[in-house]
Amino acid sequence: MSTKSTANSATKTQEGAKGPSDPRQAPINARLTPAEKIELYRTMVRIRRFEERSLRSYQAKKIGGFLHLYIGQEAVAVGCCSLMGANDHVITAYRDHGHAIAVGMDTKPLMAELYGKVTGCSKGKGGSMHYFDPSRNFWGGHGIVGGQIPLGTGLAYALKYKGLKGAAMAFMGDGAVNQGAVHEAYNLAALWDLPVIFVIENNGYSMGTSQARSSAGDLARRAEGYQMAWGVCNGHDVYEVRSVMNEFLQRAREQSKPAVVEIKTYRYRGHSVADPDRTYRDKSEIEEYQRTKDPINVYRTSLIADKIFDDAAAEQIDTEARAEADVAADFAEASPFPTPDDIQKDVYWETDNPSQRTSSGRLFFT
Amino acid sequence: MPLITYREAIRHALSEELDRDPNVVIMGEEVAQFNGAYKVTEGLLAKYGPKRIVDTPISEAGFIGAGIGASMLGVRPVMELMFWSFYSVAFDQILNNAANVRYMSGGQINCPIVIRGPANGGTNVGATHSHTPENVLANHPGVKVVVPATAYDAKGLLKSAIRDNDPVFFLENTILYGEKGEVPEGEYTIPLGVADIKRPGTDLSIITYGRSVLHSLAAAERLAAEHKISVEVVDLRSIRPLDVDTVLASVARTHRVLIVEEQKPFASVGAQLAFTIQREAFDELDAPIHRVTTVDAPAIYSPPVEVEQLPNPNRIYAEALKVLA
Repeated sequence: MSTKSTANSATKTQEGAKGPSDPRQAPINARLTPAEKIELYRTMVRIRRFEERSLRSYQAKKIGGFLHLYIGQEAVAVGCCSLMGANDHVITAYRDHGHAIAVGMDTKPLMAELYGKVTGCSKGKGGSMHYFDPSRNFWGGHGIVGGQIPLGTGLAYALKYKGLKGAAMAFMGDGAVNQGAVHEAYNLAALWDLPVIFVIENNGYSMGTSQARSSAGDLARRAEGYQMAWGVCNGHDVYEVRSVMNEFLQRAREQSKPAVVEIKTYRYRGHSVADPDRTYRDKSEIEEYQRTKDPINVYRTSLIADKIFDDAAAEQIDTEARAEADVAADFAEASPFPTPDDIQKDVYWETDNPSQRTSSGRLFFT
Repeated sequence: MPLITYREAIRHALSEELDRDPNVVIMGEEVAQFNGAYKVTEGLLAKYGPKRIVDTPISEAGFIGAGIGASMLGVRPVMELMFWSFYSVAFDQILNNAANVRYMSGGQINCPIVIRGPANGGTNVGATHSHTPENVLANHPGVKVVVPATAYDAKGLLKSAIRDNDPVFFLENTILYGEKGEVPEGEYTIPLGVADIKRPGTDLSIITYGRSVLHSLAAAERLAAEHKISVEVVDLRSIRPLDVDTVLASVARTHRVLIVEEQKPFASVGAQLAFTIQREAFDELDAPIHRVTTVDAPAIYSPPVEVEQLPNPNRIYAEALKVLA
């Protein structure tokens, strides 16, 4: 993969979408202070250490169900979410830990959610795939491939309806692009000029099926069929993610125009950690990516070269991130589970707010 | 009191709620420029403009999903499904997103959406357009399901549905759209979950809802005239929440129950009702609970035979006599 980004569109409004040859020098990146650059690094490292810690807890059977790890893709969520303003919103699929941390959620309730504890971000009712924090404009965390994309389109609809200058980023994996709901959302977004960026995090595999075996044509280019702008960028370079996404986000906020952006990335673990991943790719493929394109290493090397920090400072961040993940695991471990009495809470607004209930009759059945 | 149609009553409810709350938006196929496939939304585009009355493409998963997403951010979309039969292509949005998002977020997110449209057989449109999914919908905790039988109920219930902070699925009936009823002018609401005794009686309780209420009332008249049988007709109006108390009180008066529903029998609303009645009023029953349902097959096209597939006054009359035998 080259570091050059490309952008294209069937519309004439797209000249600005082409990324700079050195994304580090793009204005959105050049104006970052050293402290802000270090914070991007810190968030990427925190995501990775959180997930590595969660994997150990999963292997120790502290965590049930599925665990879809984001390891290898950190620069995508961190780059995109670092661009969020007050009226920007995020929604994603089930590989959602990275986005949750990138929007600022505390790792303690995130880990507790994995443990199924009442202190979890969804009170132990959602699990790994269903993180939410509307106070941080983070709308999940959705389990059905592509099902969140119409919701993200609706978030953008609400922004436009209310006259707010914001944008919604609706993330999906490369496996989602063949779902009908995604195409219905594309059409609505283009038809109604909604400020939504459809972000395809292309890690190469929809579960165990490679892109070549599941999707015809270029993924983002499908936007042309809807006269929507589109772009492609590398996801291992946080600067490039930021510079390309910033162009589309600005356009969405200011002109209320949607776009599709494919961000090429890679996951190191299986689709979920329970899945063997040797049936569809060689170990050497993973090792090659880790050696040459690991987003944390790439960024760390860049920051050191630019004298933003040194090895010692990077190690310190790593140590702190490991400690934070351990604290989160300890918090999760020490927290109580929900009780059976909690099962029927949070189902209806009305039963959770009984003093304001206007309906009567039975809402739960035996 | 003015006599207006069921269709007009729904339109009045929409219009009053559009006036009351600027976050209310009407969306659906043909709702705006075409004035509604069944003319329910006639005149609303002219009155409220294209920002409030929004035509969508034929894209139920897309626009229902977008409505759900918009509702999470505080818009209150009232989505029209041209037929509830088309819910199947938006099933993931309706049941994984609208029904579950509050729960999965630990109560952080509300979904104050209304999805409304007709759900009925009897118009010779065959199996794909004749679904009555109230049982399927009500099977999902988190949602509310309302099936009004009269113009008065339709208006009052729809206004409550639009103000509700939970997702409400509102199932109308194309055959009822032209039925007239007395509807007072001006503001009133009917709370969800309150059944209505449409006809008091002492010998038999017919528990029903939707268009079957009208058929049940006709059968009750005939049973009274021909057999001096006093039938009580309980209109549930709302499936979830369900007014179990009114049902049980009626059973305690009559001791005999006939459930009438335009539903396939397997795992129907009536199946849940029958379970609840036998569980909570077993000692009140003097006879087994009977049901009149849609005859268990996909909706037949053939017009005269479709009448026999659905509940109708003759079938209700005959089954009532069996309960009383």
